[in-house]
Amino acid sequence: MLRDITIGQYYPADSVLHRLDPRVKFVGTIVYIISLFVFQNWGYLLGTAFLIAIIVLSKVPFSFMIKGLKTIVALLIFTMVLNAFLTPGTILWQWKFLHVTEEGLIVAAKMGIRLVYLILGASILTLTTTPNKLTDGLEALFKPLKALHVPVHEIAMMMSIALRFIPILLEETDKIMKAQMARGADFEKGGLIAKIKAMVPLLVPLFVSAFRRANDLALAMEARCYHGGDNRTQMNPLKYERRDHIAYIILAVYLAASIIGRVLFKW
Amino acid sequence: MAIKLDHVFYTYSEGTAYEMHALKDVSLEIPDGQFLGIIGHTGSGKSTLIQHLNGLMQPTKGTVSYNGEDIWADKYDRRNLRFHVGLVFQYPEYQLFEEDVLKDVCFGPKNMGLTPEECEKRAREALEQVGVPEEIFRKSPFDLSGGQKRRVAIAGILAMNPDVLILDEPTAGLDPKGRDEILDQVKYLHDKRGITVILVSHSMEDVAKYVDRLIVMNKGEKAYDAIPSEVFSHYKELEKIGLAAPQMTYIMHDLKEKGFDVDVHADTVEEARDSILHALGTRG
Repeated sequence: MLRDITIGQYYPADSVLHRLDPRVKFVGTIVYIISLFVFQNWGYLLGTAFLIAIIVLSKVPFSFMIKGLKTIVALLIFTMVLNAFLTPGTILWQWKFLHVTEEGLIVAAKMGIRLVYLILGASILTLTTTPNKLTDGLEALFKPLKALHVPVHEIAMMMSIALRFIPILLEETDKIMKAQMARGADFEKGGLIAKIKAMVPLLVPLFVSAFRRANDLALAMEARCYHGGDNRTQMNPLKYERRDHIAYIILAVYLAASIIGRVLFKW
Repeated sequence: MAIKLDHVFYTYSEGTAYEMHALKDVSLEIPDGQFLGIIGHTGSGKSTLIQHLNGLMQPTKGTVSYNGEDIWADKYDRRNLRFHVGLVFQYPEYQLFEEDVLKDVCFGPKNMGLTPEECEKRAREALEQVGVPEEIFRKSPFDLSGGQKRRVAIAGILAMNPDVLILDEPTAGLDPKGRDEILDQVKYLHDKRGITVILVSHSMEDVAKYVDRLIVMNKGEKAYDAIPSEVFSHYKELEKIGLAAPQMTYIMHDLKEKGFDVDVHADTVEEARDSILHALGTRG
């Protein structure tokens, strides 16, 4: 059960997207998201073409990508229904006080497409980039903030460690749950209060374990001379290759086309 | 018949790219009162197997029965089963959580619905059985040493007075004296109370010394199921699957090859000593 939680799941494959610098992918995702909100009507064709292109380029099976959509199906339907019923305009269908308008259907459709495209596009980022590369990319992108005394390195390190420990703590939770169940603990029965009380034998050992691990990790890092980010180098520093420059150019063109399309042609 | 497994299969992440067959067609019957040992290389399915015995895991195929009843039948009370089939996990000290030792050991009996007086009585008995002195009862479990924590955790299961006691590497990380004390105590409970004991271990010596019957797991399947000395006579095959035989087995075989008339089936220090003395005696 706990094994099925795929938070920002990485899918290993050998594609050009996997090989791109994470900074390019971040910027690309932001550009893509902006474009989705810039598009009005025909602009969506451009967006669709872009999305299909990156899905194919990523070499990640489509069935795997769809999994991420499952979680938002409820939200999707809710949003679309709300928009269909609450938008004023030419009424197409009416029953008592509920009415569906033409404008409502269009807005609902656009909302739906926007949400789906958003999720798909954003998940391509996490599907093609390992968590560590993601934090490296973030650290590099936010480096300028160091001038403002923002602890960029420390934040990035915290994120990497947190990501690294998610599967470990999930496994620990499973173990502790089973150990307490072996003593008759029941995590299912009773009302809210009973359920919260039942969490104590699970949360106390888990917290103790997390603190213990954090302590051990800190000692281990210091024993290897870790002292923060000052003058710290990387084993695989991020370096732009030709493909990254080409990707930036493509993104710039795409963004320009979206904006020009919207402004000049109302796409 | 206490526990019975019938063609049990367990597969992790069935149907996905991460599919892993942890148990393949495992069938076995464990009669009441047996002292059973289970050995196997890391990843052989030992831990998966024992978690099926008290209903913490459900087989993907096959049945598990306790006293003749299918534990996965509709309406079977598996929570109640766990009060009769006690399972002590590896490194059980990580499950301690209460304010003091006594309260923590009371957790099991409390879940069984016993009165506070009965819970405390059981807890005190169990703590005495594992050799935890009374001065410790009111201390926080987090203030204890590793060995003491281990004993308290084991007491937590003993307090439920289970009919079957399963221990997953109870001596991992303990000093030699601690190991002997815990295993001797388990043996005592087995002999005196007639409980069924299942010991999962990486120590061939411990297993040779205490168990009546030994099962060897290899890659999710049962490789051997016999009395210890018979299993260890296959020591060459055991080595191939990542295990070994007790040190005595190797010594006895070497002595036999050098011409001493010793019993190669002696796998504990006591048996070996007797056999060697006998062999020396007959040489004159």
